[in-house]
Amino acid sequence: MDYYLSLISFGPHGWGRPFLEGAFVTLSLAVATLPFGLTLGLAIALMQRSHRRFARGFATVYTTVFRGAPELLTLYIIYFGLSLGVQSALKSLGFSTQFDMPPFLAGMIALGLVLAAFSSEVWVGALNAIPRGQREAAAALGLHRAQAFRLIVFPQIMRIALPGLGNNWMVLLKETSLVSVITLPDIMFYAMRANVVTKEPFLMFGVASLIYLAFSIISAVGFGVLEARSNRGHAMHGAAR
Amino acid sequence: MTWCEAPGYWLGHEVLQNYGCRIASGLLVTIELVALSTTLGCAIALCIALIRLKGPAWARGAMAAYTTFFRGTPLLCQLFLIYYGLGSFRPFWQSVDLWWFFREPFYCALLAFTINTAAYQAEIFRGAIASLPRGQIEAAKALGLSRFQLLRLVVMPQALIVALRPLGNELITTIKVSAIASLVTLFDLMGATKLAFARSFDLSIYLYAAAIYLALVEIIRRVLALIEAHLTRHSATDNPHARAL
Repeated sequence: MDYYLSLISFGPHGWGRPFLEGAFVTLSLAVATLPFGLTLGLAIALMQRSHRRFARGFATVYTTVFRGAPELLTLYIIYFGLSLGVQSALKSLGFSTQFDMPPFLAGMIALGLVLAAFSSEVWVGALNAIPRGQREAAAALGLHRAQAFRLIVFPQIMRIALPGLGNNWMVLLKETSLVSVITLPDIMFYAMRANVVTKEPFLMFGVASLIYLAFSIISAVGFGVLEARSNRGHAMHGAAR
Repeated sequence: MTWCEAPGYWLGHEVLQNYGCRIASGLLVTIELVALSTTLGCAIALCIALIRLKGPAWARGAMAAYTTFFRGTPLLCQLFLIYYGLGSFRPFWQSVDLWWFFREPFYCALLAFTINTAAYQAEIFRGAIASLPRGQIEAAKALGLSRFQLLRLVVMPQALIVALRPLGNELITTIKVSAIASLVTLFDLMGATKLAFARSFDLSIYLYAAAIYLALVEIIRRVLALIEAHLTRHSATDNPHARAL
């Protein structure tokens, strides 16, 4: 028992510190991806509801592709595609340096594109819940469209979209584990390395899954609090559940 | 030339032609994995859902812990926990004659996907069953239906309609996440594609794999839409929201 505890301790031979660093990288990737993915998702949602056929068509194709393709495949295509693309661009400019795509950036782009596709559905649902009359009232008050969106629509859809976005966040948090296969040093990466060194796979992957589980539970509690806060003054039926 | 080399030949894509047969057999592995794990997971999920709704307190707690754990951790982590973790107890598995199971990456992936999808499906069933009006169950009991009859004749036919759409989404998610089976040396669609890429460095092979996954997902989406339309034909109304009840 002492042996196993020393393996996951913060001591000189323990894997506590690497796991902590990995946890920090996992969280950083998820937090860095979130604003990018959600903003792009909102843009896709607005295109989905646009009057222009081209914008609607683009939004439909985008969500179909990024919701249907496996995240691992998307990650590989972004990682190798950007690596090879930048490499050949550099070559055509006369540079012969080796270019390695940073795994963090590749993960952020790939997971952000996928998050955008899934969150756009949530945004569309929330946008549909805003009565048309509000927009007309805003126009009658002389607000122009950007102002109406920023001052009237957005604060309301944030509240409606929050549970769905919470789900998106939980999925994102778990999906970051995939980026370990392109050598991002996250929790999974250190668990795999610890497995190779200590030959204790059950312990190491067990610890890794408990860290993820802790993140998930903390997130669930956090979103519960946020939802309760944002539903203040709306305690009709939704909040009672 | 065999049939699986034909698409690459028609498209004039040498890598796709050379690896066409491997990719086709990889697709078959993916379909097998998903079909088996979804079906087995569905049966387990139904039991879990019923226990969580009707079981004794300790069993309810255990099932809640099960669903929380498997929905709260990455599938990749669960797969490694089974393939490397449980696989490391070789002497034990040999002594109980189960080593043949944990030795094979296919069975490990199947086990991981099954228990994972069971956790998600259990939550879907639980929500669907809980959404039925209480009065119906009381009425069925008043009519003298046994608990099994109640389940078979009253609860399930209605709960399945509510559950159909989320179950379809879960099936699609399982197809997508099954790609990580390639990380435990399994040559599924993703694994075969990775091999083709590693040997040819031709990125477009990944795009063809993505197209196959998209086609698979799209076919399932269409079929499920047809099934849903068929199952809800009795409640066809102008109001799409009325169908849910």
